[in-house]
Amino acid sequence: MSTSEPVPAVRPARPDYLNASYGVRSWLLTSDHKRIAILYLITVTFFFAIGGVAAALVRLELLTPAGDVFQAETYNKIFTTHGIMMVFFFLIPAIPAVLGNFLVPLMIGAKDLAFPRINLLSWYLLVIGGLIALWALIHGGLDTGWTFYTPYSTVYSNGWVVVTAVGIFIAGFSSILTGLNFIVTLHTMRAPGMTWTRMPLFCWGMYATAIIQILGTPVIAITLLLVGAERLFHLGIFDPAQGGDPVLFQHLFWFYSHPAVYIMILPAMAVISELVTAFSRKPIFGYKFIAGSSIAIAALSFLVWGHHMFVSGQSVYAGLVFSILSFMVAIPSAIKVFNWTATLYKGSVSYQTPLLYALGFIGLFTFGGLTGLFLASLGLDIHVHDTYFIVAHFHYIMVGGTIMAYLGGMHYWWPKISGKLYPEYWSRVSAWVIFIGFNLTFFPQFIVGYLGMPRRYHQYPEEFQVLNVMSTAGASILGIGYLIPLVYFIWSMRYGKDAADNPWGATGLEWQTPSPPPTENFVETPVVSGRPYDYATGREEVALG
Amino acid sequence: MSAHGKGHGGVGAYIGVFLTLMALTLLTVWAAYQHLGIWNTPVALGIATTKAALVALIFMHLKDSPKLTAMVVGSSLLFLAFLIFVTASDYLTRKWVPIYFR
Ligand code: HEM
Ligand SMILES: [Cu+2]
Repeated sequence: MSTSEPVPAVRPARPDYLNASYGVRSWLLTSDHKRIAILYLITVTFFFAIGGVAAALVRLELLTPAGDVFQAETYNKIFTTHGIMMVFFFLIPAIPAVLGNFLVPLMIGAKDLAFPRINLLSWYLLVIGGLIALWALIHGGLDTGWTFYTPYSTVYSNGWVVVTAVGIFIAGFSSILTGLNFIVTLHTMRAPGMTWTRMPLFCWGMYATAIIQILGTPVIAITLLLVGAERLFHLGIFDPAQGGDPVLFQHLFWFYSHPAVYIMILPAMAVISELVTAFSRKPIFGYKFIAGSSIAIAALSFLVWGHHMFVSGQSVYAGLVFSILSFMVAIPSAIKVFNWTATLYKGSVSYQTPLLYALGFIGLFTFGGLTGLFLASLGLDIHVHDTYFIVAHFHYIMVGGTIMAYLGGMHYWWPKISGKLYPEYWSRVSAWVIFIGFNLTFFPQFIVGYLGMPRRYHQYPEEFQVLNVMSTAGASILGIGYLIPLVYFIWSMRYGKDAADNPWGATGLEWQTPSPPPTENFVETPVVSGRPYDYATGREEVALG
Repeated sequence: MSAHGKGHGGVGAYIGVFLTLMALTLLTVWAAYQHLGIWNTPVALGIATTKAALVALIFMHLKDSPKLTAMVVGSSLLFLAFLIFVTASDYLTRKWVPIYFR
């Protein structure tokens, strides 16, 4: 550990949320947001593992140009399993349901979320939906890709479309209820003195995410229901033979799924805002801009979905409008990156593990976002659409961005969550292994995609093999990188040193309660009297009174 | 449960809304048999929207709810409008082809 680490206090035996009661029942029937966060942590880790195994199989097949490990249809089922597990059952719930659940009440000085039992219900919905989808994907298989494009999904596919869709439908309600819970909590349960502009940026990020969850998720739920209705009852919604329109599916699907990519990245940005300021020991630069840009991203994200449809046959005019609007999303995203950089500038930066992950995030997210602008350019996208360039683009954001931030956040708040310290040496090793493995996996995909390798095929021309071997090698390193934290987090629960209440010397109400917190979070309701991120420079505080 | 009715116009209002909903249902059936040309769908949607509004405002007490609730409903409607409007910007312009492609 670093030298600034305070000597862990000798902990008197006091009740905390982990030891308040014992037994499986006390967990499965809990309404404590902190315990529900742990349930989510276990659940999304499980789905991540399944998605990870599928990814490994995809990379195994792509090691050689010939389709020698799996048949084409099996390969399609495997990448569909990968996409569905990762998107709907890992990335979307990960940060909001794990870190958000744990932290939102703590950060605003509340005892719990506004609807604790609904919170538990949302966990059950995710588990039930996830298991149904997993059963369908393994038992029957689904070969449509995570995007369910019509008319393939409605007319031709032999896969278990309807059952998988039911699983996603159910999990959608989990997401909606979590969003609802956050919005009501943030509106009604802030501690005395915590005005909107004194609220931590993490909470602003959760608020923006919740808006998208509530406004967008019903649309994907209904859309999948329509696909099911068309398959089962032959309604003519997407089938042109019956007067339907397959492109309508893409409109409806992306109306949700583009905002959904922001359900994945906004919480990540929210985590980064906390990490950057804590490890540069400076008040965050441009608090209001960071908060406002979250809301701006949430709203704008609903207006750009057609950039997934440039070659779908949508009108040229619509393509033009979507292209321009997509460029505009880059503005609030860039505002955040600039503000984080300005926060680091002349800060007393300490390169501890959470910050390593955060810096990884900033670099990789920027890369992913900038390549997004390539794709948003109507003309260029026609060249790279449905190639590995796209695959590289969104993995830079979803894996390089969101998963880096998630792990950074897990390290930062692990002392609070578990009451234990993780091993500093191994955590740094993991950050580096993941960063290197990630780039080795996905950077070659930009090149191979630009050269013309299409996505979603189990074989490819010989000349692409070198880049694909690099990618598979990188994926193996990345996989090991993810296993290291899994091992030491579990290890630390038993053997880790006890954590102090505020091991980072950070501001924020969550650090002013014991680690791990008692069931009721705070012994006395805290009263907030100043701005957040009041790190010792003092200057800003005085100037602004 | 009796407190539920209080302050919202009471049971009378509920019965009134129920009867209106039934009447509108009959109207939908009747309208379905008329030949209204391109107005068929707008008329059906108009009636359905009126019914939904009655349910939301009175059965679900939206009329007497705090501003925040109204804001949530309002923004949902706004985003529904985005969905329809922006999708229409594709469908209504499918035939617009840039001059140099003609
Ligand atoms: C500056 C912001 C962004 C821009 C301008 C942008 C642009 C685009 C464009 C134009 C495409 C479609 C390319 C094609 O299919 O031909 C695309 C695909 C994609 N993007 Fe982004 N993007 C941005 C940020 C993000 C973020 C934040 C995420 C996720 C967290 C993301 C995830 C995805 C995914 C998943 C796809 C591919 C979906 C599929 O076809 O399976 N993007 N992006
Ligand atoms: Cu998009």
